[in-house]
Amino acid sequence: MSEFVVEARDLRKVYIMGDVEVHALRGLSITVDPGEVVSIMGPSGSGKSTLMNMIGCLDRPTSGDYWLDGERVENLNDDQLASIRNRKVGFVFQTFNLLPRATALANVELPLRYAEKVKDRRKRAKEALEAVGLGDRIKHRPNELSGGQQQRVALARALVTNPAIVMADEPTGNLDSKSGDEIMELLLRMNADNGTTLIIVTHDPEIAAFTQRIIHIRDGVVEHETKGAKQ
Amino acid sequence: MNIWRSFIEALESLISNKLRSSLTILGIVIGVGAVIAMLAIGQGAEESITGSIQGIGTNLMFVFSGGSEEVNNPKPLTLGDAEAIADPFQAPSVIGVAPTLQGNAEVSFSGESTVTSVIGVTPDFSPVRNFNVSEGEFINEVHMLGQAAVVLLGTEVAEDLFGRKAGLTGETVRIEGQPFRVIGILEEKGGSSFGSQDDQVLIPMTTAQARLIRRSTRDSVDVIFIQAITAEAVPQATEEIAQILRARHRTAIAEDDFTIFNQQDFLETAAAITGVLTIFLGGIAGISLLVGGIGIMNIMLVSVIERTREIGLRKALGARKKDILVQFLTESSLLSLSGGLIGILLGWIISLIVGSIAAANDADITPLIGMDAVLLATLFSTAVGLFFGLYPANRAANLEPVEALRYE
Repeated sequence: MSEFVVEARDLRKVYIMGDVEVHALRGLSITVDPGEVVSIMGPSGSGKSTLMNMIGCLDRPTSGDYWLDGERVENLNDDQLASIRNRKVGFVFQTFNLLPRATALANVELPLRYAEKVKDRRKRAKEALEAVGLGDRIKHRPNELSGGQQQRVALARALVTNPAIVMADEPTGNLDSKSGDEIMELLLRMNADNGTTLIIVTHDPEIAAFTQRIIHIRDGVVEHETKGAKQ
Repeated sequence: MNIWRSFIEALESLISNKLRSSLTILGIVIGVGAVIAMLAIGQGAEESITGSIQGIGTNLMFVFSGGSEEVNNPKPLTLGDAEAIADPFQAPSVIGVAPTLQGNAEVSFSGESTVTSVIGVTPDFSPVRNFNVSEGEFINEVHMLGQAAVVLLGTEVAEDLFGRKAGLTGETVRIEGQPFRVIGILEEKGGSSFGSQDDQVLIPMTTAQARLIRRSTRDSVDVIFIQAITAEAVPQATEEIAQILRARHRTAIAEDDFTIFNQQDFLETAAAITGVLTIFLGGIAGISLLVGGIGIMNIMLVSVIERTREIGLRKALGARKKDILVQFLTESSLLSLSGGLIGILLGWIISLIVGSIAAANDADITPLIGMDAVLLATLFSTAVGLFFGLYPANRAANLEPVEALRYE
């Protein structure tokens, strides 16, 4: 058990492409406190996406130890990883990744459907949509919503399971600056209201500036950390 | 994720892609339709053939003179043989015996004439051969004793001579120039494997012997029709008749100078032929079902590739392998099941059409759709969907979430 919500020690990840070994992570260690808002920055090829996949339990490290919310993850099988993701991680993607044929409500309900024994799925999904200000749009399909609204649906979907962390990968990348700011505000308010730990992966220094701590990654290791504007 | 939920979701996904879904199930629709129609027509044909054989007379056997080729100088069958077979002590399995004398003769009426088969019969011919009159009366004992010049006309003969099939009782026709009084018209039987049974006339056996059909031995007969008490008793009856005739003809062992034929032989042959036909047709239809299944697999594979990101997202949100597997299997089996149901409808329509075409051409085939065929088609099409959906679904379930999410 640790006091951190995310604790990674000496993470290494090696991809084998043909006969070339690609070292995406080379002994990276980070910790994130509960309720913290952290951003991860780095140029492309720095191992940023790989790190995000490790933290979000989408992939397993080649070696190293990783605890998410007190649970060791690096040795779990695929189905156990799926269960961890379902319970502990909320994802927000750059391209929203909503099911195009499903209504906003059905999209938000989706993670609850894969969870075990959840009552009031519909009610919880509806509340999550109301929390992001889309209470009047629950029957709309993604193509009937603006980009900002779609990302808010995605946000509601990430939060509906009350996850330990929310992973946001370039959450404002596909939005105009006004919608982007709205999304950031919403994310930060969720953090303030519920104490949800927030990890944002971004290129954009302006977005990173919203966070408490900026972790700079280069060549698979943490290069340095800086403080963000939010305190 | 419960089954009902995934059923609804699969339905939504299929409905959202109507054109593709309907083209995909076309193979199954045609396959199942063909299976149902072929089985129905095959069964109908079997019923029809069985029916026409049974129409000749139930539990019927035929005895005629002459055995295998090696037997020289076969003795003719006689009325005495017929009487011996009719003896319930000698042949307890026999219920009716009808000896006949058959020949061809010219039958004429006021300038119209036709050559037809003239059969000399006893009153027992009616129950044994299942021949009834549509008007008038059958030949009876009084006609027999009096060697009466009376005749029963088959409908075709009546049509040829009079241009009609009714209201002819009391007319007089000439057979080989001799006048015969028409005492009735035979019921129409339709064609059979033995030629038309309506193109013949019946006269009393005694009359035939005395006046029309001469044989070298005075009381010889051509064919003896024999009715067994039940269909099951036919082999027993055959044995009894053979014993009687062997004794009476004093034949050497294994040199029977007569042949006994029974309806069961015909029925078995017919059943074997239609059975082979049904399997053959069903087999061809089964191949189209297989092709339909491959079509489903193809489309499901395309669908898995198309929805790679969706699968990645579902996995990121916590879907286990099993969840994805169930989702895709539900879709493919729902596809083929609906194809199967539409196919059953199609097969039913095809067999109706075939039935009405057959009826228009006087072929008596009524296609029968058995409950078993419907059940089999439903189960089989679902199984096809499951089987051919397994590979694509497994592929979807084994996608790596990271890879799938990155897929463009």
